[in-house]
Amino acid sequence: MATSPNVPAPEFAPWKDPDAVPYVRIERVTKKFGDFIAVDEVTLDIFKKEIFCLLGASGCGKTTLLRMLAGFERPTAGRIFIDGVDMTAIPPYERPVNMMFQSYALFPHMNVEQNVAFGLKQEKVSRSEITERVSEMLKLVKLDQFSKRRPHQLSGGQRQRVALARSLIKKPKLLLLDEPLAALDKKLREHTQFELINIQESLGVTFIVVTHDQEEAMTLSSRVGVMNHGEIIQVGTPTDIYEYPSSRFVAEFIGSVNMFEGRLIEDEPSYVRIECDDLDVPIFVDHGVSSAPGATIWAAIRPEKISIVRERPESADNWAAATVSDIAYMGDMSVYLLKLASGKILRVTQPNVYRHADDRITWDESVYVQWHASSPVVVTK
Amino acid sequence: MKEAGGLVSAFKGSPLGNRLRRWGVNGRTAVASVPFFWLLLFFLIPFIIVLKISFSQTVIAMPPYEPLLHWVSEKVLDIKLNLGNYAFLIEDNLYWKAYLNSIMVAGISTIICLLIGYPMAYAIARSTPTWRNILLLLVILPFWSSFLLRVYAWIGLLKNNGLINNALIALGLIDQPIQMLQTDFAVYVGIVYSYLPFMILPLYASLEKMDLTLLEAAADLGSRPWEAFLKITLPLSMPGVVAGCLLVFIPAVGEFVIPALLGDPGSLMIGKVLWTEFFNNRDWPVASAVAIALLMFLVIPIMYFQRAQDAESGRGART
Repeated sequence: MATSPNVPAPEFAPWKDPDAVPYVRIERVTKKFGDFIAVDEVTLDIFKKEIFCLLGASGCGKTTLLRMLAGFERPTAGRIFIDGVDMTAIPPYERPVNMMFQSYALFPHMNVEQNVAFGLKQEKVSRSEITERVSEMLKLVKLDQFSKRRPHQLSGGQRQRVALARSLIKKPKLLLLDEPLAALDKKLREHTQFELINIQESLGVTFIVVTHDQEEAMTLSSRVGVMNHGEIIQVGTPTDIYEYPSSRFVAEFIGSVNMFEGRLIEDEPSYVRIECDDLDVPIFVDHGVSSAPGATIWAAIRPEKISIVRERPESADNWAAATVSDIAYMGDMSVYLLKLASGKILRVTQPNVYRHADDRITWDESVYVQWHASSPVVVTK
Repeated sequence: MKEAGGLVSAFKGSPLGNRLRRWGVNGRTAVASVPFFWLLLFFLIPFIIVLKISFSQTVIAMPPYEPLLHWVSEKVLDIKLNLGNYAFLIEDNLYWKAYLNSIMVAGISTIICLLIGYPMAYAIARSTPTWRNILLLLVILPFWSSFLLRVYAWIGLLKNNGLINNALIALGLIDQPIQMLQTDFAVYVGIVYSYLPFMILPLYASLEKMDLTLLEAAADLGSRPWEAFLKITLPLSMPGVVAGCLLVFIPAVGEFVIPALLGDPGSLMIGKVLWTEFFNNRDWPVASAVAIALLMFLVIPIMYFQRAQDAESGRGART
């Protein structure tokens, strides 16, 4: 398995501090619906002021986990602690937690102001304080012009901000967001992502975000938890997840990857060599791997970490001969689909640095691909 | 529109087709005009006839009223509008009492229907889809037998030696039969029983389409279940409440069969008064005036109902 090299410590990383007390503690939580296991013995610690993303395909159990945190579902087994208090059996209306729903769930018979004020009215806050806090919150989400509108008179982006304002008005310590940006179009989504982060930082709230959109998870989160079939597969910072995936599933789920199946032929503490059926020369990896000798392992190489050259590389490993079978021009970069002698298709991306290169690699050209010894990630499962 | 345009497009290009189009007749208006024509023929024209009779004078003749229009000579048309029938309705407090009693009986029945129907509609709307269909079928099932037969069946249940009294006596709970038939109680039972489905169905329709995540959102913001019901479910089901109440109240005000069969013969209900005026007293003009006045009483809630429905469909179309 890949061991991450020493990176300079980022300023916010409570999960690295052994003395830090997690704000949310999920302890061996299981949820079954009949015979179906939606969440399978998940254990997870989330710290104060984090933006933690639960990432996974639909049906992986991420929403069920979120609903258990909100109190809409009771775990079949296991316990949930928020700020040290056992919340497992506490109903949603008594939890210090608020949720922003995927459908926004705005009350259609109330205007923006009444929607946002709802949580405070439940708390029996004085009328003058409600007015003050609601107008403050509407200013924060830039909706002060729309306070008298009904939800159906607002655009999708405005509704999203009403939902956010409504869920933040009670100053929750923990905000749960279920696919907060899924209903917005791409441009608005990117803009809103940064707005969400700004609001989160200015209010100091802990966010737990459920998303199926890896790009969203990457930009928003301090840490990502990748889920599959009700289990947490890997937890880490976006960089960890992308550059040091712990399994084939994570490597293939996040971004795209070229996966080579092979066997270890040299296993040293500081480097390994892997022989692959798809490649004529071995893969050389400049760090050690812990694996049983002779077992099948996989080397994963990201498309942007492979370069295309015309001359045959001199080195004894980390290259392959290929022919260009397809090119997709994306503007900022181009995607090349390259066919190896074995028939395997490699995906390689190259940034379009020059506006008009005379000597571009073109269709059906015979080329060589090569990569640096630090590029492959070796996974054993 | 293609199917609807069949009639007109059959004449396409022909002189008749062109003429129809010039008059604004196309498939859409042709289809829509059928129910309008039906209502014109069987509602508006009879209504005008009744309105006309209500302004005429009673005579012992066939028909038993004087015509409004009368040719005095070849060139003089005499129109005689007799407002006396309406004045009579106001002067004689029998009619006032009958109207008020009918409205009271209909109002109380409507409230009882709402109190029974709301929990039933709520339970149906929140049950599993299989159960929902069975329960809805059970609500609609009574319509498969005649309304009159069902009211008659209540006589068998409520009379002094009927099923209920016999059962209570057999159980030793009472010695003497309880007088239930020919009381106001029996009228309420009859009306609530007969009109309950009209309350449940619109309530069900508005409760069923409600987004349940709204209740989760309310719970999340600190509402206990009953608070969420009062603040979210109840206001959102108001269109159903209004529709159900009007569907029960309006026919119950003019109800004739149930008070006649189950009620106290001495009690005054406007439907019964109308019957008596028409058939027993043969006073068609006063009977017509009673009917017109009753219609006016009911038009106001119907208009309110229409407005509430428009407001709801307007909101539904945009969300």
